[in-house]
Amino acid sequence: MQTKQANTQRILIAGFGGQGILFFGKWIAHAGALLGKQITWLPSYGPEMRGGTANCSVILSDDAIGSPIVHEPDVLIAMNLPSFLAYQPSVCAGGEILYDASLIQDTPAREDVCYRAIAATRIASDAGLDGFANMILLGAFLEDCLPLTQAQRAQVLSQVVPVHKKHLIEANMRALSLGREYAARSESKAEKTRLHPRKAG
Amino acid sequence: MIVATRPHALTTAPTHYCPGCTHGIIHRLVAEAIDALGIEGRTIGIAPVGCSVLAYNYFNLDMTVAAHGRAPAVATGLKRANPESIVFAYQGDGDLASIGMAEAVHAAARNENITVIFVNNAIYGMTGGQMAPTSLPGQVTQTSPAGRDELLCGFPVKVCEMLAQLDGPEYIARVAANSVKNVLSAKKAIEKAFRNQVEGRGFSLVEVLSSCPTNWGMTPGDALGWMDSTMIPYYPLGVYKDRSAKEAD
Amino acid sequence: MAKTVLMKGNEALAEAAIQAGCRHYFGYPITPQTEIGAYLAKRMPEVGGVFLQAESEIAAIHMVYGASCAGKRAMTSSSSPGISLKSEGLSYLAGSDLPAFVVNVQRAGPGLGGIQPAQADYFQATRGGGHGDFRNIVLAPASVQEMASLTLRGFDLADRYNMTAMILTDGTIGQMMEQVTLESAEPTAFEKPWALTGTRCEREKHVITSLYLAPDELEQKNLSRFARYARVQRAETMVETYGMEDAEICLVAYGIAARVSKNAVAAARASGIRAGLIRPITLWPFPAEALANAAEHVRQFLSVELSMGQMIQDIELAIRCRRPVSLVSRVGGMIPTPEQVLLAIERVARGEAI
Repeated sequence: MQTKQANTQRILIAGFGGQGILFFGKWIAHAGALLGKQITWLPSYGPEMRGGTANCSVILSDDAIGSPIVHEPDVLIAMNLPSFLAYQPSVCAGGEILYDASLIQDTPAREDVCYRAIAATRIASDAGLDGFANMILLGAFLEDCLPLTQAQRAQVLSQVVPVHKKHLIEANMRALSLGREYAARSESKAEKTRLHPRKAG
Repeated sequence: MIVATRPHALTTAPTHYCPGCTHGIIHRLVAEAIDALGIEGRTIGIAPVGCSVLAYNYFNLDMTVAAHGRAPAVATGLKRANPESIVFAYQGDGDLASIGMAEAVHAAARNENITVIFVNNAIYGMTGGQMAPTSLPGQVTQTSPAGRDELLCGFPVKVCEMLAQLDGPEYIARVAANSVKNVLSAKKAIEKAFRNQVEGRGFSLVEVLSSCPTNWGMTPGDALGWMDSTMIPYYPLGVYKDRSAKEAD
Repeated sequence: MAKTVLMKGNEALAEAAIQAGCRHYFGYPITPQTEIGAYLAKRMPEVGGVFLQAESEIAAIHMVYGASCAGKRAMTSSSSPGISLKSEGLSYLAGSDLPAFVVNVQRAGPGLGGIQPAQADYFQATRGGGHGDFRNIVLAPASVQEMASLTLRGFDLADRYNMTAMILTDGTIGQMMEQVTLESAEPTAFEKPWALTGTRCEREKHVITSLYLAPDELEQKNLSRFARYARVQRAETMVETYGMEDAEICLVAYGIAARVSKNAVAAARASGIRAGLIRPITLWPFPAEALANAAEHVRQFLSVELSMGQMIQDIELAIRCRRPVSLVSRVGGMIPTPEQVLLAIERVARGEAI
């Protein structure tokens, strides 16, 4: 039943607690709302948030949303190997898996989904943006799945960054741009296409 | 010459208390304090579960009845919701020192601006004379028929000594209602516990040692004597904590 | 002025309580409802209200009792094990005919259970949840928007009928974020001539008690309380229906189970199966009439619950067992997938047993 629907995006973000998984989801949720979509955002909660695995379901839709739980994501964002392995099989055919290739060296196992490898942790570190790997991946996600204007990105950032972290907005913007650049690079796209030709949804 | 009249804060209803019980005296002392401070119109009382559950019949005040032991929590809600009111909880030893210990300790720790009148007669009266948390070592009750055995049942709880260790409370005192002299000091302590609240000083608790001739199996006179000979030595009278007196030093 | 924002269910509920004029919150920490306390700990001081972390769930509900005696809107929130502790207070509130607002963000049980979502406190909530004959108004939000709107309504219902209104939700609805439109209107004012405000030495004293030692008097108290409950049943039942115009298979679900069921009903209808959903918004009073009417044309009912089957009994009662009712459930913190529910629909559509 959770086959891909044109008017709905189901996104699952997963990784370790502390990697900014929920913030990533919150960002997409606010972006979706800004674009006039219905949204749901649902975190995993409990002890697993404290250093274990964390995941976050986000749904963006033009229609009312039923269950907020994403069982078969259209897009999986994996920030660690356990999440990559656990959720890879659940991604719906024609979907996309975006992952941090600095932390996940595993070989993609499916031919009916599109893989997007971004070495987000290394890119962040090289750019002096330690701790912003999630924003690098988010930049790539936006490039692929949720195009926003520069002004819209700035507006969402101002909504989701808490007041006491306002000084980090600049770094957030830089990380987003880096992620978008990497995603937009032709060799990256070629690599993606060569490995796993994307099937129509 | 008028020697004594009924305090206005007391109703004319005859109480249901047993002959020789000192609840009536303690009710009167509470009412006298309320009259003396002129706070009847804004005082709200909380009756406990126990012998004084019907206390609302005897005070000319807005009153409610708390679940067993919960009077300090109910008092907290009432006082926080309406800080202008004067709120007192009237509790027995089973109510305060057993089932409601947590509520009493934490209201004291928070220094809630309330007054607690704690009537300790070392027995459960309402239910027919069972062992209380304050029953004395060796005391015979329905549930300690061979006398309270400390090895089996533990030791009595000394509420004033315990609460006085907390930083929170303003005033903790123990008095007794068994002689003219003791009743006069009880009157002073109870009035102070209410005045503290009027002045916004915080949590004040007066433990009043009381008699229960019916369940102790004694005549009223013997019961008052037993308080002197046995109870008061175990529960020494006095002021255990008084922040305002300390400030005055 | 209405404002649409993204909020977690628990936070929307907390803000709605402020909008409802509640200025007294007493609670004790427990997962998964901690956002309510965290939000109100910040928000109450901003509006001159009281946030107090109590020493226990028991103390918290009796603080609510005290504040309600004073005539003020007061609330507490907790999750399943904490609600068990509050059941004493719920009974005293009912016996004293005091309004109160209580939130149960359910987690799996029994005992300490788990912290993931469940709906296994249905019996406890809808049957009163304490000793003696009494009921609570039980509201079951299925969205963040309803966490807010049913909170506003809950405070009004509690004051209108002098009883506890309880939000019965679960960890999913509490933790999820959605768009919510917060109405900022003046809260409805209710006269509370019975409140303990002090006599001012000008009126007869007020006594609030649940103690009636004379059985005939206590019987009358119970009878008049239940006459009031009957008025609640007539006037305050709320229900949403979806696809019920022609439904042969009727799902009944509330809260998160209703969200999952809606997906399943949509998928079933897309494949030509005439399925529909009845979503009770009030669990007490239970929408028995809507169920009884549906039984006229529905062949089969499915109760979709995160419990071993509790609401299913109310469905069977409501339809007087005229049609078969089957249970579709996950428990222990698991949530059925839309596929699991669809599978059940397809099986009964084929006339198979579940």
